[in-house]
Amino acid sequence: MTRIFLAFVQKEIYHILRDPRTLAILFGMPIALVLIFGYTVTNEFKDASVAVVDRSHDHLSHQLTQHLTSSGHLRLIEVYDRMEELEAAFRSGEVKMGVVIPVQFEQRFVDGKPVQLQLITDATEPNYAATLTGYATQMIQTFQLERGEGGNNPFRVDIETRMFYNPGLVGAYNFIPGVVALILMLISAMMTSLTIAREKEMGTMDLLLASPLSPLVIILGKVTPYAVLSFMSSVLVFAMGYFIFDVPIHGSLPLLLSLCLLYLLVALALGVLISTRAETQQVAMMMSMFTLLMPTMLLSGFLFPTASMPALLRFLSKIIPANYFIQIEKAIMLKGAGIEFILTPTLVLILMLFVLLVASWRSFKISYK
Amino acid sequence: MKNHKAIQVHSLSKRFGGFVAVDGITFDVERGEIFGFLGANGAGKTTAIKMLIGLSRPSAGEASIAGYDVYKETEQIKENIGYMSQRFSLYEDLTVRQNIRFYGGIYGLSRKEIQTRTDEIIDQLKLGHHARKVVADLPLGWKQRLAFAVASVHHPAIIFMDEPTGGVDPATRRQFWEMIYEAADQGTTIFVTTHYMDEAEYCDRISIMVAGKMEALGTPRELKNQFDVVSMDDVFLKLART
Repeated sequence: MTRIFLAFVQKEIYHILRDPRTLAILFGMPIALVLIFGYTVTNEFKDASVAVVDRSHDHLSHQLTQHLTSSGHLRLIEVYDRMEELEAAFRSGEVKMGVVIPVQFEQRFVDGKPVQLQLITDATEPNYAATLTGYATQMIQTFQLERGEGGNNPFRVDIETRMFYNPGLVGAYNFIPGVVALILMLISAMMTSLTIAREKEMGTMDLLLASPLSPLVIILGKVTPYAVLSFMSSVLVFAMGYFIFDVPIHGSLPLLLSLCLLYLLVALALGVLISTRAETQQVAMMMSMFTLLMPTMLLSGFLFPTASMPALLRFLSKIIPANYFIQIEKAIMLKGAGIEFILTPTLVLILMLFVLLVASWRSFKISYK
Repeated sequence: MKNHKAIQVHSLSKRFGGFVAVDGITFDVERGEIFGFLGANGAGKTTAIKMLIGLSRPSAGEASIAGYDVYKETEQIKENIGYMSQRFSLYEDLTVRQNIRFYGGIYGLSRKEIQTRTDEIIDQLKLGHHARKVVADLPLGWKQRLAFAVASVHHPAIIFMDEPTGGVDPATRRQFWEMIYEAADQGTTIFVTTHYMDEAEYCDRISIMVAGKMEALGTPRELKNQFDVVSMDDVFLKLART
């Protein structure tokens, strides 16, 4: 039995080696995704161009302007006198945020009278604008505290923010786990469904079924090489995260990798299920795209937070395996959690695996009646 | 030597819901015989063949293949037959050697047996240095003969072929049939479906299926006499019209 199984795996390896595109997808895509997410899709900003409309021109307003640009994240483009000039700068796209300092700024500040600063942002890029205002607000608050003045109000509430587990709000802490979840789902499920659908399309499936091979060996033989390769590929992504983007792995690496394997099995079972329904590679491809790729991207909480979604989508996100796996990854990598803290998502994945295995086995039997 | 016919079929039927795809067919095939299984598309040929090779469970009737029962002994049946499907069932992106090695492997041949069989097949087909080419680069006739050789890699008692010569010109078909004769001479039973009537003439005996029933059975000469016509084409037309 082992010899037959090995003959099968050997054939699968021939297929993979014959078509370099497979290997390119298996290893090129993860690398491309990590680099794309790492260097482009990010909420961090550097050198955001800022202009100040200074209606006060006193000592304090100059100090504030200096304070804002001192961090290096904001770059001062110009100090204007009039609003019209700022508006023109916005329209030309030179400036992403404007800070308007009112008249008698220092005077009112010292007297303890309310002072209103205005922050204007270019919200054609909403996320960027929100991050910028958040950052600027924080800078202004620290400025106010440092000056100590205007702080005679006894009812003042100081807010001190601490970002647990990701103090620098580094994007990589979020996308590395997300990319691993996406890659594993995509490669293992899509590749398996494609390779099984290919046997059907070429007519070789009939021959395999007419041979003494049991259907279980056929499925295992097809799935094993891809399981090994996609596991290697996810280790590659973790390594890139660790070495290039400094994403920590605080928890146990063996635990992380074994749960990675569990998630991989879920993905493979999904791939087999799809392949029992798809007669051609093209259909298998479309089915994986719409049932795996899109939902995993959109509903796993990797790109968009699920908490703010409408009830129906929130419900759908609950049946996306990636959702649970990302929870597990983040808990282990960033919080250093042990198995006792991730029991629920782990059990959900085990349950999903069981259901999918039963479903694909039944579906396989039905389609070869 | 066990005393049984290669194929014994009695009142075999297959129903899909209310539709009867195969309706009580009965026939025997002797060892070493070339048995042609004819019928128009949709007459039930493929369904019948699937029951015989253990891929589909019959609804009623009995059948034994190489002495094994189609209900209970499908595993043994699969070990003792070879199957060549309409689409040649080779992996186009693998080389000739890799294909032979794979099929030898899944039929449980040892590494040494596979080596011997590979050399034999390459020799028999006069493939020579083409053996390291991928199958996609071979001419159609060669692919077809290779597919037959691969289906018999484990020396099965019976080889089932489902329209093996689709899309091949008559001269190449003739070459292919020489291979089949050779195998039959060595005692291999051949069960072949086709809708080329020139091919039907090559068979020892033929049966013709119409709408799930077996309407004719005999040697090509017997059938032509029975229907009082000169060619198999006419036998077929007469049956199809009724």
